Amino acid sequence: MQHFLDISQISKTFNTATGTYEALQNVDLKIQQGEFVSLIGHSGCGKSTVLNLIAGLLDVTTGGIFLDGKQIDEPGPDRAVVFQNHALMPWLSVYDNIGLAVRAVFKKTKNRAEMDAWIMHNLELVNMTHAKNKMPNEISGGMKQRVGIARALAMQPKLLLMDEPFGALDALTRAQLQDSTMEIHRELGNTVIMITHDVDEAVLLSDRIVMMSNGPAATVGQVVDVNLPRPRNRLALAEDAQFNHCRRLVLDFLYAAHTPAEPQNSEVADLKASRPEAA
Amino acid sequence: MITASLNHLKAAGLRLPHLAARSIIPILGISLFLLVWQIVAANIDTSLGKFPGPSQVWQQTKALADEHVQQRAKAAKFYQRQEERNAKKLAQDPNATIKMRAYTGKPTFWDQILTSLITVMFGFALASCVAIPLGIICGLSERIYEAVNPIIQVLKPVSPLAWLPLVTMVVSAVYVSDDPLFEKSFLNSAFTVALCCLWPTVINTTVGVSSIDKDLVDVGRVIKLPPSTHVAKIVLPSSIPLIFTGLRLSLATGWMVLIAAEMLAQNPGLGKFIWDEFQNGSSNSLSRIMVAVLTIGLIGFLLDRTMLVIQRRISWDKQAVLR
Ligand SMILES: Nc1ncnc2c1ncn2[C@@H]1O[C@H](COP(=O)(O)OP(=O)(O)OP(=O)(O)O)[C@@H](O)[C@H]1O
Ligand SMILES: [Mg+2]
Repeated sequence: MQHFLDISQISKTFNTATGTYEALQNVDLKIQQGEFVSLIGHSGCGKSTVLNLIAGLLDVTTGGIFLDGKQIDEPGPDRAVVFQNHALMPWLSVYDNIGLAVRAVFKKTKNRAEMDAWIMHNLELVNMTHAKNKMPNEISGGMKQRVGIARALAMQPKLLLMDEPFGALDALTRAQLQDSTMEIHRELGNTVIMITHDVDEAVLLSDRIVMMSNGPAATVGQVVDVNLPRPRNRLALAEDAQFNHCRRLVLDFLYAAHTPAEPQNSEVADLKASRPEAA
Repeated sequence: MITASLNHLKAAGLRLPHLAARSIIPILGISLFLLVWQIVAANIDTSLGKFPGPSQVWQQTKALADEHVQQRAKAAKFYQRQEERNAKKLAQDPNATIKMRAYTGKPTFWDQILTSLITVMFGFALASCVAIPLGIICGLSERIYEAVNPIIQVLKPVSPLAWLPLVTMVVSAVYVSDDPLFEKSFLNSAFTVALCCLWPTVINTTVGVSSIDKDLVDVGRVIKLPPSTHVAKIVLPSSIPLIFTGLRLSLATGWMVLIAAEMLAQNPGLGKFIWDEFQNGSSNSLSRIMVAVLTIGLIGFLLDRTMLVIQRRISWDKQAVLR
């Protein structure tokens, strides 16, 4: 059976000033269409590297990544990326930021009016139509991230790649954006790979959680299936046995089995702080 | 109406003490400078008399302005006479060939200022047209940067005056035309200025382009922007501040270089004015040179402010503090 996204035995070696560094080894992962997959793991284990390899922003050293049966060898709008720090052009308005992507991706297939309608449609998806003429530095961090998501969605990607999309936001805004993301995912049925440090976020949003071992030569350590029915409600799930079981599995993996030799304090603190989610 | 003007007054009244407080220190500084200048000048004896103090310099400023007005009046009279003569000639013989001669008076101080300004602008514009694209290319491609960098580093510290003889020879050899659009001396000065204006802009543009936020570049790669759009929509806007830093350094360098080149090559301009006054050696010469020195400083300052205004206009970041 052909998988929608087939990450097949990849490894990645970086050339650094002090020699080569093998960041990933034998990472193997199959993802079905419409799935929401979270990547979780300690800082520096290579999550972003995996995501950038899928995006085509980095080249694999060995192995291959196939999307819809086609090997990935360069970046493209079929694998849209949502960056941790939104990566909006500060000199373009909200509308033009999305417009830049829409004009580049649909220059052959949509006319002006259609592009405009498409930009507005995507702004609506993330509830940002009211700020379409604002500049990025005039809106809050959460709003910027919404626009970043709208830009990615506007590319009509086969695969949505999100690198700690809510990592820089406060807990309340994060909860709102998580809800929006779930809603959009339900509506559009897109395939999503999301990196996160937040265990609750991973369990709440994902169909599967992929946990990575620590680097060097990091690989997929364990995969947890989250079989919670959708739509999911964060308040109801707080007491849910299945939810807490999944959470437990992830925490066990992260703390018990795979704490790095020298724990990075800030990272541990971050993981703990994110536990009591906004009620 | 009355309330409006009252409000106006109130606003002015509120602002006034602030403005006064802010200008007190610069005014103090300038007064102190003038005082020190006066005292020091009175104690320096040169072969052309005492070193000029502020009052002599102010007198010569007025004198130079008067000379300019007189020259213009003379020129106007000259053209009027010429026209009258020609009209008479034509009246006697409608087929007569009439000649129009240009007035050839000595260029005044204001003429020299204008010449220098045009020259520096031309050289600066020429350099910028080369330097900005070159900087962008170097910033985008590591390989090209590595190839070009050694050349830049070696040429950058070369004094403009070392270029001058070479530029002069090349211009006389290459620029041969019966009806020249530009004077050779103008081109010599302008090219020398351009050669020295190149480097700060190239270097700063390169740094600006190569330090673009990597995420923004990645966005461009994901949406597959063609190179031209990439440069227009991502590279240029994000490197505007450093490009302008380079341009301002270049213009300041160019302006300094130009005066030196004009003195050395006897090309028309403020530099030549200074040199002529120096050779002239009259009792007023030092004061007049001093006028020129202050003018050069003032123009350099105004040129920089102009660049700043243009940068404010162009830059997307209206909140950035520019100085
Ligand atoms: N361009 C590069 N050159 C050399 N080493 C790199 C490069 N990019 C990443 N690495 C190394 O690869 C490892 C994995 O990095 P990566 O950014 O993928 O980690 P991460 O899991 O995303 O961490 P974080 O959670 O902090 O974002 C790190 O040890 C990093 O130092
Ligand atoms: Mg990362």
